[in-house]
Order: sequence, then C-alpha cells, then structure tokens
Amino acid sequence: MVAQNIFFYAFAAMIVFSAVRVVTSTNVVHAALYLVAVLAGVSAQYILLAAEFVAATQVLVYIGAVMVLFLFGIMLTRTRIGQDQELTHKHWWTGLVTALVLFGVMAYALIDEWGWSDHPLPADTRLSVVNGSNTATVSDAVFSTYLLPFEAISVLLLAALVGAIVLARKD
Amino acid sequence: MDDLLLNQFLLLGAVLFCTGVYGVIARRNSVLVLMSIELILNSVNINLLAFGAIHGSIAGAVFALFIIAVAAAEVGVGLAIVLLIYRNRRSVDLDDLAQMKG
Amino acid sequence: MLDSAWIIPLIPAASFFLILFFGKRMPRKGSEIGIAALAICFVLAIATNIQWFQHVDDAEHAAHATTEEHGTESEGTDAEHGLAPATGVADGEQAAPVAAASTEVAEETEHAEFSVEPIHKTWTWWSNGGVDFTAGMLLDGPGVLMLFVVTLISLLVHIYSTDYVNGDRRYTHYFAFLSLFTASMLGLVMSESTLQLLTCWELVGLCSFALIGHWWEEKPNSDAALKAFLTNRVGDIGLICGVIILFFGAGETFDILTINQMAVAGDISHLVLLVGACSLLAAVMSKSGQFILHTWLPDAMAGPTPVSALIHAATMVVAGIFMVGRLYGVFFQGLSIGVSSVNLLAVIGGVTVIGGAGLAFVQSDIKKVLAYSTVSQLGYMAMALGVGAWTAAFFHLFTHAMFKAGLFLGSGSVAHSVHSFDMKQDMGGMKRFMPKTYATFLICTGALIGLFPLAGFWSKDEILAGASQLGGEGAYTAFLVVGSIGAFMTAAYMTRCIYLTFHGEPRGHAADPHHPPHESGPRIVVPLYILSALAIVAGFANLPNTGVLEFVPDSLALRFEHFYEPKGEYFPAALESFTHPTFSIGIALISTVIGLLGIGLAYAWYWQGLGPHGITKRNRLARAGHTFLVEKYYFDRLYTDVIAGSVKGPIARAANWVNQNVLDGVVNGVGKLGVGTGRFVYERIDQGIVDTIVNGSGAAAEGSGQGLRQIQTGRVQQYAALLFAGAAVLAAVFIVVI
Repeated sequence: MVAQNIFFYAFAAMIVFSAVRVVTSTNVVHAALYLVAVLAGVSAQYILLAAEFVAATQVLVYIGAVMVLFLFGIMLTRTRIGQDQELTHKHWWTGLVTALVLFGVMAYALIDEWGWSDHPLPADTRLSVVNGSNTATVSDAVFSTYLLPFEAISVLLLAALVGAIVLARKD
Repeated sequence: MDDLLLNQFLLLGAVLFCTGVYGVIARRNSVLVLMSIELILNSVNINLLAFGAIHGSIAGAVFALFIIAVAAAEVGVGLAIVLLIYRNRRSVDLDDLAQMKG
Repeated sequence: MLDSAWIIPLIPAASFFLILFFGKRMPRKGSEIGIAALAICFVLAIATNIQWFQHVDDAEHAAHATTEEHGTESEGTDAEHGLAPATGVADGEQAAPVAAASTEVAEETEHAEFSVEPIHKTWTWWSNGGVDFTAGMLLDGPGVLMLFVVTLISLLVHIYSTDYVNGDRRYTHYFAFLSLFTASMLGLVMSESTLQLLTCWELVGLCSFALIGHWWEEKPNSDAALKAFLTNRVGDIGLICGVIILFFGAGETFDILTINQMAVAGDISHLVLLVGACSLLAAVMSKSGQFILHTWLPDAMAGPTPVSALIHAATMVVAGIFMVGRLYGVFFQGLSIGVSSVNLLAVIGGVTVIGGAGLAFVQSDIKKVLAYSTVSQLGYMAMALGVGAWTAAFFHLFTHAMFKAGLFLGSGSVAHSVHSFDMKQDMGGMKRFMPKTYATFLICTGALIGLFPLAGFWSKDEILAGASQLGGEGAYTAFLVVGSIGAFMTAAYMTRCIYLTFHGEPRGHAADPHHPPHESGPRIVVPLYILSALAIVAGFANLPNTGVLEFVPDSLALRFEHFYEPKGEYFPAALESFTHPTFSIGIALISTVIGLLGIGLAYAWYWQGLGPHGITKRNRLARAGHTFLVEKYYFDRLYTDVIAGSVKGPIARAANWVNQNVLDGVVNGVGKLGVGTGRFVYERIDQGIVDTIVNGSGAAAEGSGQGLRQIQTGRVQQYAALLFAGAAVLAAVFIVVI
C-alpha cells in the first residue's frame, strides 16, 4: 500500500505543478503541453482508483483528440508562438483571491467531513469484478442501466459535431 | 500512510479545480480559458471516481465517461466559436470582447 | 376484450398518421378514415363496458360466495341483470332452481363489501438508474366509463364535422388532429402510471392548441390558441411537481395503483399528500377551467364549434376532473375530505360554480354562454369531488358530456345557418327556421338546468345531496347553498340564451331576406337527436332507490355507482370516512323549485319585459356590476396588464434597481450608495412627504446606477469571478449554518 501512496503523491505533485504552469505559462504551446502532462497524470490517478477503462479513454480522447484540437485552435487563431507577456490580465490577482477563497472553503469542508486519516478506500479498490476486469462492469452498466443517458450523449455529440461545422465553416 | 485515503483524491481534485478557476478568470487568451475549463472538468472526474471507489459503485466511472464525452463536445463547439470570433475580429483576446458593457 | 383494451387508443393514433399521410388522396379527404377508426373504437368501448359489467358482477358473486356460502345461488343475478349474454346460458341452468333465493342474495350484495380487481397491464418503457418507467393500461370503473363517453362524443363530432367544416382549407389536418386528440384522451383515461398520465395530458394540450388555432390566419384565433396553451403550461408545472412529489412520496414509483393504495392506507405522510394534492390542483385549475385559471376556456371558442363540443364535453376539460378522480386516494387523504368541513378543492369548485354562471349572463356570443356554463358545471364536479361525492362528480361528468355536447353542436347548427355566433346581433326567432335544432336545444337546456326527469336533474341532485350529507358531521352545507344558487343562475342564463337565440324577432343575418336561415342537414341533426335522447335517459343510469323512489327495483338502482365506482384498497371507499349520499326528496324539490324560479324570472324579464330594464344605464351600482362582469372580473386585465405588464416594465425596473443597489453595496463599496442614501435622507428630512421618498429613491438609483456602470464592464471573466466568489460565499454560509 505504501507503493500506491508513493505513486499517488508523485503523480499528484506532477499534476499540481503542471496545472499551475498551464495557467501561468507565458507560452501558449507550452501551456498546451503542460495540459497534456496534467491529463496524463489524472489518467494515472484513475488507474489507482481501479478505473482502467476510464483511464484509457482519458488518454485516447483527451490526449489523443482534444489536445490535437487545442493545437489546431492555437495555430488557426495565429496566436503568437513563443513568449507573450499579454496572456494574463492585469487583474490576475482577482482570480487568485477567488481561487484561494474557494479552495479554503472546499478544503475546510472536505477535511471537516472526511478527516485527515480516516475513510480509507477499500483495500482492493477494484469494484465488483467481472471476468477479472472492471471494463466489463462498465460496459454492462452503460448498455443496460445507463442506456438512455448513453444515447442522449451520442445525440449530443452529433449535435456538437454539426454545430461546430456550421460555426467554423467559411461560407 | 498505509492506505489510500478518500480525502487525498478529493483534495487533489479541489486543487485542480481552483487552479482551473484561476485560469478561467485570469487568462486573456480564449484558447487558454478553454484549457482551464478542461482542468475543472478533470477535477470533477477525479471526485466522481474517488466516490465511486469508496462506495463500490460503478456509477462514478460511467459518469466520468459521460463527462469526457461532454468535454469533447464542449471543446469542439468552443473552439469553433473561438475560430469564428477570430475570423470576425482578428483577435482572441477576451479583453477586446466587451460589447456587453453597460 | 378487457385484456386487450389497450388497443383502443392505438386505433385513433394510427388513424392520425394514416390521415396525415394518405388523407389528401382519399375521396373524402381523410374524414372517412377518422370516422371508421372512431366507429371501431366505439364498438370496442361498448364491448369493454359490457365485459366490465360482467367483471364487476363476477367479483361481487365471488366475494358473496365466500362470505355467505351461497356459491351457486348467487350466479343467478348475472342472468337477472341481463348483462352476461356469454356466460348467462351456463349460469342460468344452475340458477334456475334457486331463482327465488337470488333476489334476496342480490339485495344483500348491494351492501356487501367486495373489491373489483382493476385490469392492470404494464410494459417497461425504459429504465434508468434502477427506476423503471412504465406504460400500460389501468382499466377500472372510471376508465371504462370514459372510454364510452370519449368515443361516443368523438364519433358524433366526427360525423357532425364532415358537414360543418366541409370545404375547409385544412379539412384533412382537422380530422387528423381530431383523431390524435381522441387518442391522447383515451390514452389518458387508461394511464397506469403518473408519467403516462403526464404524457397524454401534454398531448391533449398540444392537440387543443392545434384545433383551437385551426383558423390561425386570423389573429384572435391564434391568440386564443396561444392563451389556452400557455395557461395550461402554468398548471402543468403543478402537475409535474405533483408527479415528482408523489413519485418520492410513494417510494420511487409512478404506479397509480400503488400511489393510491399507499395514500389510502396512510403509508404516505399527510404533509406530502397535502403538498402533492395542492400541486396537482394547480393542474386541475388550468385544465378544467377552474377559477382563477379559467380564462383560456371562453377564448378557446375561437376554434371550430365541433372542437368546442369535444373539448368541453368529453376530452380536454374533463381531464382535470378525471385526474382528481383517478388519484382520489391522494386528494381524499391529502385534503382530509372525509372529515373536514372545508377544503381547497371544494372551495375552488364552489367559487367556479358561481363565478362562471355570473359571467354567462353578459355574453352575447352563444358559444361563450355555453363556455361559461361549462366552467360553472366543471365547478360542480370539482365541488362534488371536494366534498367527497366521487360518484356524483363522475355521474355529472357523464350526463354533462351528453347534454353539453348537444348544446354546443346545437349552437353550431344555428351559427352554421346564420354565419355568426352573436345572439344579440344576428339571431332571434330561429325557432321558426330550425325546429329540429330548437327541439334538441330545448331538451339539452332542460337537462342542464336540471328539470325532472332529464339527466341533469339526477346528477345535480346527487351533488347537492353529497354537499348536504358528507363531510365531518355533515359540514359541507355551505356548498349546498352555493350549488343551489348556481342552479338558479344556470336556469336563468340558459333561458336568456334560448330567448335571444330562438325567440323574438329575427335580427341581423337571421333577418337577411336573401339568405333566410335554414335547418341543417342530416349529418348535423342526427348527432343532435342522439345526444338529446341521451340527455333524457342518461340520468336513469344512477336511479336512487331510497326514500320516495323505493319502488325502483334493486337491479336497476344505482347501477352507475355499482359498476363505475372503483372498489378496492386503492380507492378511499375502503375508509370509514367515505360515505355515499342518499337521495333526498327535500333537496330534489328545492332545487327543482329554484330552477323553475330562475326560468320564471328570466321568462318574465325577456318575454314579458317585466323588471327594471335599462337599469345598467340608470344606476351606477348596477352599471359597475355589469362592467365588472363584462370585463370577466378583470382576470384577463390582471394577467396581461398587471402581471405581464409589470414584469415587463416597472417591476423589472424595480428589481433591476434593487439588484444594482445590492450589488453596489457588496462589490463596489458603500461610497456611491452613501451619497445616494445621504441625498435620500436629506430630502426626506427636508420635505418629509411621500413624494420626495419617490424622488429621493430615484436619485439614489441614479447615483448608484452611475457607480454601478463600472462593474458592468462587459468582460465575461469579471462576471465569472463574481460567480465563483458568490459560490464560495454561499458554500461558506452553508458550511457555517449546517
């Protein structure tokens, strides 16, 4: 279990560092690459939480597709590649204050409710295992209990696809 | 330091969330604002999976998947809008977009 | 047939699509599809009714056989009732030797407790998160009754319409929507889950929108359709809330039987039931035209007359009443109907009885008289449900459907002939030109007024008897008074309507020498005959056999109550506080006298010209009263001018002002507000009158508004910062408080 903890804190440190760089970096492309690091780290945390299917999806969809979209967005809008001091507002401190207050409230609530050292995750964090894999359980749930939301999501994706094309096309 | 605690994940989610909030408020470039939104969505996913793990429920994983799908749609439409703004105004700087000024 | 009755709503639904896709190519433009579908439905509905009677009798005998050990003897009542042609032969053989005993048995069973299993079929529509969303059919007394009423009226309306809207531009679409309207109403009466009820409820609303706005080229018509639709939306919020409350109250189920059962058994807390019933009541108010959401109903007259007949007699407006009857366990327990002396439902009904009748006096449009009459009669039904007289309410619904459909179709027949609905301008003396319409109209009016022995007499008396006898210590007496006043007013305004339409000298279009009015064709007159015949006999369906009517044999008495009132644990009849009113000769006499008095007064006023005519011009008070009625108690003014207008204008500005001040105080510091407040205080001290308070606050608004402009930067990110900060503050408040 200690190994898991080491794993967790190593990736948590990476996530926090990269996330901070995403919102502070003066180079747009660097920010995008740090975002990749955040997403990869989050994916690693998913594996710790025994959700390997979600982790794989995270890598495929986020790092594979969404990041490519972002890079396209950066290039198509001709944002200056390289150092750019104007990426952040003059009033960046309002954001900082808001974020800190929000974090304070959240941290207090979380620690108050869940404590520093209790509520350990189940030792075998694997959920109800079917055929040795969590993926089967997920697929069972998606295609039976949550079939309707699943269909709704697919319609949403279709709508987003059409919407994005309509918005972005040069007519 | 023996077991993984629920709160580890929740606090990590909180840090990620607040970083994202900071990014949304403080960044001028709209593509960067969209990236910050991704941070927020990911923090939510960590929370969902953590709670799913402690309750032994698959619902957390399923909803995380749905959120990933919604996030993909959001990025697609969001970037299309940014592109449209860029085409019309030759800028993606949010400070330039203040027509709602009262 | 009972098990496959679910096919009945599907037939008109299929006919809707058939007419839509193929109607224009048919020789009669699709109307034949609709009529054929409805004719099949009507036959099936009758078959269902007959089998249902049998089902009830079987259940009665089964219960009786177990309690009284007269197993074979009790079979005899089947043959006696003459309602069991299929099994009657077999039963009759057994019953013959003991025929003498069977009457005695039948008498006892009248009072014996027995329960009738409703026919309940469920299909899982879809399921999500462990909750099954079901559709299906629930067939019991009220459902079977409504199948008959809806299919009958709809069939007659279809036939009538082939003449009435003949040659219309959207003839095919008209029939398509008639079919869908019927289908959704049939689906509603067979709903087994509240969710299905909600779906069909919305479908009914949608169809009424399409049909009221049938001639949408004219602005008033499309306005009326919109008004009907939007007013119903207001109530639908109530329905949705009620469904959700009951869903959680009954342990996450939409099943109507379960909800009712739990409500009757007291497994749901009284508070939940009360809140749920009040939410549902909002839906009833809008759908069934109860005060204060009745305003859409008279405007709905903009639609074609057959549609008005369908809406007012069989479908739309009775949906609300039906819903109360369907979820009666919830209402009975939630509003404590059985033991209280006053409750919301009864009060709303009572107010509607008087309010609707009052408005009917000042209308010059014949259809609006009938519309307000419907409002008033629906008030009777709601009142009856409110005092606990379930059977009386549904009996009145049944009889009212017959004679009100007859009246509407009759008014349409007249209007078809003179091309106008205005009684004062374009009618009068129609008796000469349209003797058949006149005769049927007269019969239906008599039934509406409640003259012995027409249908309305029996049903209205049952409601009045219920108001006088039910409730905690017979405490609903106030509603007896209300009902009697309503009966008086009904008699008077219907006499006025008849005078203006059929008597006196022809006016306007009716007096046009080039186009004299003529009697309508058979497709219009025959439905009138059928409906007026039913208006005569329908009342005998629930003939009482107590008091002076003791001579009525048991096999004919209270048949309506026997067959159509649900019997089982899901209906509050199982409770001790639920009782049936008995026929009272006193009340019957009083209400008849009151009705005759109303007719007499109106006769004296219109025919003889007695009374203070022109008082509305001479006397200010009378004029004010008249204007009050003409303006429909100012409800429309209230909604459009006061509420809608003020939301658009002053209140919006005021809200904006408050908003800005509050925001200013929180975000932009108190400096600017201090200046404004200082000026405000100064001026108040200086002048100290109300006028300056207004001025001062205006100045404060301006001063703070100027300051506030600075935070209205148009920068979304600042708004986002405010949003998140607000969320943080709220969360902190929650943490501290909880």
